[in-house]
Amino acid sequence: MTGLLLLVSTGQTVAFWICAVLAVIAAVGVIASSRPIYSALCLAVVMVSLAALYASLQAEFLFAVQIIVYTGAVLMLFLFVIMMVGVTTHETLVETLRGHRVPALVAGGCLVVLLALATGNVVTSDPAGLDTVQEEGYIQALAQLIFQRYVIPFEATAALLITAAVAAMVLAHPKRLAPKPDQTTRLRERLAAYAATGAHPGPAPASGVTARHNSMATPALLPDGTVAEASVTPTLVSRVGLRTPEELTGPMQSAVKALEGGPSVILSTPSASPSAPSVILSEAKDLSADQDDSAPTTAVETPEPEPDLDAGYTPPPDPDAEKGGAK
Amino acid sequence: MTPDLYLVLAAILFTIGLVGFLIRRNALILFMSTELMLNAANLVLVSASWVHGVLDGQVAAFFVMVVAAAEVVIGLSIIVTIFRARRSTSVDNESLLKG
Amino acid sequence: MTVLETLVPVAATGLFSYAWLLIAIPLAGALILLAGGKATNAWGPYLATLAPFASFALGLAYFVQLLGQPASERAVRDGVYEWIAAGHWHFEVAILLDPLSVAFLLLVTGVGGLIHLYSLGYMAHDPNKRRFFGYLNLFIAAMLILVLADNYLVLFVGWEGVGLASYLLISFWQERPSAAAAGKKAFIVNRVGDLGLLLAIFTMLAMFGSSQFSVVNAGAAQLSPAWVTFIGFMLLVGACGKSAQVPLHTWLLDAMEGPTPVSALIHAATMVTAGVYLVVRSGAIYAEAPKAQLAVAIVGVVTLLAGAWIGCAKDDIKKVLAGSTMSQIGYMMLAAGIGPAGYAFAIFHLLTHGFFKANMFLGAGSVMHATNDDVNMRHYGGLAKAMRITFVTFGIGYLAIIGIPFFSGAYSKDGIIEAAYESQPALGILALLGAGITAFYMTRLILMTFLGEKRWQSGVHPHEAPALMWIPLVVLALGSFCLGMILNGWIGSWLEPIGAEAPEHATWLPDFSHWISWVVLVVVLIGVGIAYLLFGRKPVPATPPADVSPFTTIGRHDLYIDEAYVKGIAGGTYALGNGVAFVDDHGVDAAVEGLGAVTLATGSVVRRTQNGYVRSYGLTMLIGLVAAGVVLILTQLV
Repeated sequence: MTGLLLLVSTGQTVAFWICAVLAVIAAVGVIASSRPIYSALCLAVVMVSLAALYASLQAEFLFAVQIIVYTGAVLMLFLFVIMMVGVTTHETLVETLRGHRVPALVAGGCLVVLLALATGNVVTSDPAGLDTVQEEGYIQALAQLIFQRYVIPFEATAALLITAAVAAMVLAHPKRLAPKPDQTTRLRERLAAYAATGAHPGPAPASGVTARHNSMATPALLPDGTVAEASVTPTLVSRVGLRTPEELTGPMQSAVKALEGGPSVILSTPSASPSAPSVILSEAKDLSADQDDSAPTTAVETPEPEPDLDAGYTPPPDPDAEKGGAK
Repeated sequence: MTPDLYLVLAAILFTIGLVGFLIRRNALILFMSTELMLNAANLVLVSASWVHGVLDGQVAAFFVMVVAAAEVVIGLSIIVTIFRARRSTSVDNESLLKG
Repeated sequence: MTVLETLVPVAATGLFSYAWLLIAIPLAGALILLAGGKATNAWGPYLATLAPFASFALGLAYFVQLLGQPASERAVRDGVYEWIAAGHWHFEVAILLDPLSVAFLLLVTGVGGLIHLYSLGYMAHDPNKRRFFGYLNLFIAAMLILVLADNYLVLFVGWEGVGLASYLLISFWQERPSAAAAGKKAFIVNRVGDLGLLLAIFTMLAMFGSSQFSVVNAGAAQLSPAWVTFIGFMLLVGACGKSAQVPLHTWLLDAMEGPTPVSALIHAATMVTAGVYLVVRSGAIYAEAPKAQLAVAIVGVVTLLAGAWIGCAKDDIKKVLAGSTMSQIGYMMLAAGIGPAGYAFAIFHLLTHGFFKANMFLGAGSVMHATNDDVNMRHYGGLAKAMRITFVTFGIGYLAIIGIPFFSGAYSKDGIIEAAYESQPALGILALLGAGITAFYMTRLILMTFLGEKRWQSGVHPHEAPALMWIPLVVLALGSFCLGMILNGWIGSWLEPIGAEAPEHATWLPDFSHWISWVVLVVVLIGVGIAYLLFGRKPVPATPPADVSPFTTIGRHDLYIDEAYVKGIAGGTYALGNGVAFVDDHGVDAAVEGLGAVTLATGSVVRRTQNGYVRSYGLTMLIGLVAAGVVLILTQLV
């Protein structure tokens, strides 16, 4: 028995030191990283470490809840919001309030010393352990507590959660400050903006139109072969940057070269759609008459997917695309 | 294995959370710091439950988690709302309440 | 034990229970005229003129009825309604008809009626005639409340009512700044006197629990001398204010800004005698307070001489008459201050004075009417031929006031001088001197106005007044002539029930049994002679001579009492106000503003800590937490 206890104790000690060091390092990471996304990930590490500590403290239920609720739900919520408010926002760690950081750190140091002094000696007896209270099963014992002694607080937390959910909906639902503009108004606005600043009155180009790639991050190409920057969300632009036309057309150029070099490449692309080439061909003919040679060339060679592209991708036979292009 | 170590760890985590709350400006990180502090408190509750051999501490920690979840929901909604209005998550921008 | 205590009013029955009509009739007239507006313009003044005559007729009926009763039952009390009933306080509005109030009733309504009649002519062309008659009726009603009240509280209502009417009528020509100022002055100076009367009434209420005359009179003997003396002095202050006695006399001279009938009715015949009425009515108080009584007599003598002095120096006919009014009321106050021996003479002189002074004032009004409202006697002269009726009636008034035997003034004034001499020889001598001065200035007035050469301004064509104006003059002149003879043998005994001592063996003939009567006659004739020598034998200069004796200069400036008030009281008040304002500006304000500035400065410094940053607040909380923890641990260690 003593040996078992020693074993448990040793295991617990090892777990503690591993988890404690991990938790403290990750906690420092939470508050020290400049991007919220890193903070959130560090927080996840803290949570998981704590979950492990709970397990070593004979709190298996909380171990599970910690993982599921905190690491799973709450942190996911954090990540959602981070994505929503801009994953790219990162603050400089330079303190803007004068005379704030140093006092904060000093006071924090004092507090930890005080807390350590105050709590470091409060437990004089050996830990009792939870073996005795869970003779009929840990979950049963916990359930008994929750559903008997603490049933009222439990119900209250239910109410709290409902309230929180409703409140979140109310808060997140934007209040319309002005009446919703109708189509005429928006048309006028667009044309007014065009008259004033020359802004494009038509719809922003959708990403992927005339794209050579399946990714949201691939910008649309304008008829002159330049990149339509508005076709990619700024978030993606800030994260990965815009691809240059050269980058996009590079594979095509190489494909053209290969075509000129020999027909073997064409034979190697058996799944090209029969309809797609004609569409793109006509588009290119209509729009790009005055373009440099590369564009028509590119269009002509479109049925030849590059080897590094998704071989299974087929441009849909979309009549809209033709219309939009003819506009 | 002395239980005091758990308490000291909780104190350290709590203080880190507190300092983070004080020195960071991003409301999201402030919230994370708060979660850190709540977790430190939970650790105290769980270890106390283990020391005293009763499960009530664990039940309390469970409730704390529920409340924290609710709080996060509300808090994040507020952050989203503020962000929508001001395009910023810096708490230093919300400094109208001053003398 | 005075007779007074035996006179317990009996409840009103029969005709007496309609005594409230005495007041209600003129009050209704005032209401109709003032509230009726332009609709009553045509007939209002005639209605208003009828009102005092109606009251007079009713009063005459009461007088006859009282005359028919034994002396000890000549007091009737007619309770009208309970005015205030709060706790143990019960104040009733009640009418007291006794010899004193009936005498006043007849004087007020009789002379008042004649003056209404006169005003019909005098104010015929005034655009605000209706308003004037409304005010006159209001005055009659208030004066009747004053004299018919059976307690001091209701008396005070009338007292204030006549003050109001007086104010309204003095400033009747409100477009004149001087008239408006005079009205205000009268009102304000009267307030000083009213304060005295109020204090007296409050003291009575505190001491007796009632202000009813019978209760106060009965209780005065039991009261401690200090309180009785206090009440007496306060009543004297009230009387001084209303009766224009020194030192509160200054308003009366300015009050001549009002229309002349007002001067005649209110500021000569009736209202200004209210103080005398008050003193006589409070005889029981003064019987217990010899010092206050002496003060009344001294005030009377001082006023008598001061008024005469002013009368000698003025060129304005109305101001001479006003000074004369002061002087004559001074006689009355002197008589009232002598005590029961003088009460009868005080009231007697009051009645005769009411007639002859109203007569002369109306005569002066007639003169002004004839000379385009010129009041400067230096612009008159030789009016006797142009205005015979006015001259004759005025002359009768003149003879009455200076005290020529057989004329009414002689009986009453001789009686006063004699009684004063009997009581205090010094007072008697001074009153005698006053009689001489009266003869001097009244002769001067007559000489400058009616006799001598014409000094009329260009465009002035004196003419006799219309009948509506001279009829009252004739009636009043008749009264001035024969009232003394009629009343002399009778007034003493009539007034005996209210505490007056009837003079012995008085008959309708002038009484020359006492040597002082002869002396009075001689002094009066000397006064007339001096005046004739000074003003009758050489032409009167058209502008007042500048090289005059200091006496004249002082008299022309109303004895400098106005100046003293302006410099002393008003100046002192200004200085005090400026001092207080200085303290307020540099003490209180500085302290308050300094406090504010300190708070502001502190705030502007401390404000920086409230920077609005949540994190700063959090840091503050953390520091506080650490400090609290340190303190906790340190205390644990200790």
